[in-house]
Amino acid sequence: MIEYWNPLIERMPIEELNKLQEDKLKSIVRYVYQHSEFYRKRFDEARIKPEDIKTLADVTKLPFTYKKDLRDNYPTGMFCVPNEQLVRFHVSSGTTGKPTVVGYTKNDIHEWATSLARAMASIGVGRGDIIQISYGYGLFTGGLGLHYGAEEVGCTVLPTSSGNTEKQIELMQDLGTTTIACTPSYFLFMTEVARSMGISIKDNTKLKIGIFGAEPWSQQMRARIEEITGIKAYDVFGTSELSGPLFTECTYQDGIHIWADQFLIEVIDPETGEVLPEGERGELVITTLAKEALPLIRYRVGDNTVLNKEPCKCGRTHPRIMRILGRVDDMLIIRGINVFPGQIEAVLMNIPEVGEHFQIIVDRVNELDVMTLQIEMTDAAFSDKVNDIIKLEDKVASALHKVLNLAVKVELVEHGSLPRSMGKSKKVIDNRKI
Amino acid sequence: MENKIIKQISLFSENKPGRLANIADKFRGAGVNIRAFTIAEAGDFGIIRMVVDNPELAHEVLHETGFTVSETNVLGVEMEDVPGGLAKIADVLGKENINIDYAYAFVTKTEKALLILRVNDIKAALNVLERNGIKLLDMREIQDI
Repeated sequence: MIEYWNPLIERMPIEELNKLQEDKLKSIVRYVYQHSEFYRKRFDEARIKPEDIKTLADVTKLPFTYKKDLRDNYPTGMFCVPNEQLVRFHVSSGTTGKPTVVGYTKNDIHEWATSLARAMASIGVGRGDIIQISYGYGLFTGGLGLHYGAEEVGCTVLPTSSGNTEKQIELMQDLGTTTIACTPSYFLFMTEVARSMGISIKDNTKLKIGIFGAEPWSQQMRARIEEITGIKAYDVFGTSELSGPLFTECTYQDGIHIWADQFLIEVIDPETGEVLPEGERGELVITTLAKEALPLIRYRVGDNTVLNKEPCKCGRTHPRIMRILGRVDDMLIIRGINVFPGQIEAVLMNIPEVGEHFQIIVDRVNELDVMTLQIEMTDAAFSDKVNDIIKLEDKVASALHKVLNLAVKVELVEHGSLPRSMGKSKKVIDNRKI
Repeated sequence: MENKIIKQISLFSENKPGRLANIADKFRGAGVNIRAFTIAEAGDFGIIRMVVDNPELAHEVLHETGFTVSETNVLGVEMEDVPGGLAKIADVLGKENINIDYAYAFVTKTEKALLILRVNDIKAALNVLERNGIKLLDMREIQDI
C-alpha cells in the first residue's frame, strides 16, 4: 500500500499544482522585494518589478542567485527577517571558502520537517520505526534536519550523530533500529566494522531502510549496498543553502520528488543560463516558495541533474529530479574530457571483483594529466597468481576507458588502506596546480 | 595421497617499506615458523607466498590484521641436491602436459633440496610424480625440516 503524508497536496492534479506554484511564486517575489535589500537591488539592476511576474513561465525573467551572493553578504545580509524571529542558524562547512549562514524561523523549521515527513512516508518510514540518525549533528544540516522530519512523521529517533561506530552498531542491535540515515560511505564503513564484530547487518539486525545522501553515489553502489546488507537504500537530496536534506525518492526509486508547493525547480545550461527542455542534463536551479528567513530566488545549486515532470507511478504529481551524478564543481577535466567521480563509481560497481572503496588521484606529469585509480583488493578478487591480478587491473582500466574515453592507471591496494569516512567522503585527490 | 598436498599461505601486499616487517612481526607474536618463502613482485604490489608450520594459525593472524590472504594447494617435492635434480621433475611433469604456474626451491639441512610447486592440475601432478618415484613431502615432514 502506498502511504502519503498529505495526499491532497502530494497527488494534486498538475494544473492545480501549477496554479498553486504560480500564486506562491508571485507572492515570494513580492516578499523578497519588500524584505530584502539584496533582492530589491538585484531586481532593480535587472529592471524587474514584482508585478512583471504574472505567470509561472515568467520565472526566467528573474535574475539568478549564486553561492557567492551568500558569502558576500556573510553572515546575515540576505535575511528577510530580523534576528529575533529566528529559531535556528545552520552554517555550512566552508571547505571551499567562507562559510554560508542560513537562518530559520519557526515556520521554516516546520516546512522543512513537513517536506521530510512526506519523503519518509513515501519510502514507508513512520510510526513504529526506529530511525538512527548517523549524520553529523550541530552546524551541519544533516543530523538535525532529518531529526525533525523523522519526529514529524512519527518515528522514534536515535540521534547517534556520526562516529563511535562500534557503539552505533551495538545500539542498532539493542534498540532494533529499522531505518538508518547517513552518508553512503559511512554506512559502508559501518558494515565493515559490524563484520569485524562478527555482526551481519543483513542477518543480525532489524535494519530495513537506509536514507543516504550528502555525497553523490551511483545506482550501482545502491545495488551493492542493498545486496550486501539486505536493506532498501534511498537517495536523499538537499543542499545546506536551502535547508539540508529535504527530499527523497519514493519506493519506486525512480527520481527524487521535489515538493512543488514548497520549491520551484528548473534545469538550465550552466554556460548560457537558458532553461533546458525537460529530460536534458543540466544544472539544477531552485526557487524557495515557502521560506521566510532566507528565501532564495533561482538559486544556482550546482548539482548536475535531469528534470522529469511525468507523474510518478506512486501517484505523486510533483516533479522529480533524476539521480544526481555530482555537483558541477565536482566535475574533473582530465585532458579536456569531463569526468564525474559518479561515472567512475558506476563503472566500478558493475565489476563484481571490485570492492566498495576506491580513490581517484589526478596528477600532472610533463604537462599531461594522469588519472590513477586506486581500488582495494578483496578476498573475492585475490588470486596468488600475479597474472590474474594484472588481468583484473586491465579489466578495470578497459571498462573505464570505454565509458570515459580516457586511459586510467589502475592500482590495486591493500584492503583497509584507503581512508574511511564518517561523513562526506573524499574520493578525489587532485594534485594538479592549476 | 591427499595428505601430500601442502597448504601454502598467499597474501597480497603493496610494494612499500615496512609491509614485510609487519607480517614477520605478527608471525613472531603468534609463534608461526616460516619453512619456505618467496615474493613475486609486480610493480606496485607483490604476492607473498609461504609455507609455514601452522597454516591455519598463520591465516587467522594475517586475516585479523586486515591482510587479503588465501590458502593455496601446492606440492612439496624432495629433490636430490645434485645437478639434474630439478630437470628430472620438470621433465616428468612436462611429458604429462602439466604446467608449473610457479615454483620456488631451497636447500634443506640434509642432502636434499625442497621444491614448492603450484601446478595447473594438482591431482595429475601427484600421480605422475609418485609414479616416477619422486618423493613428496607432507605437512608433518615440512614442519620437521
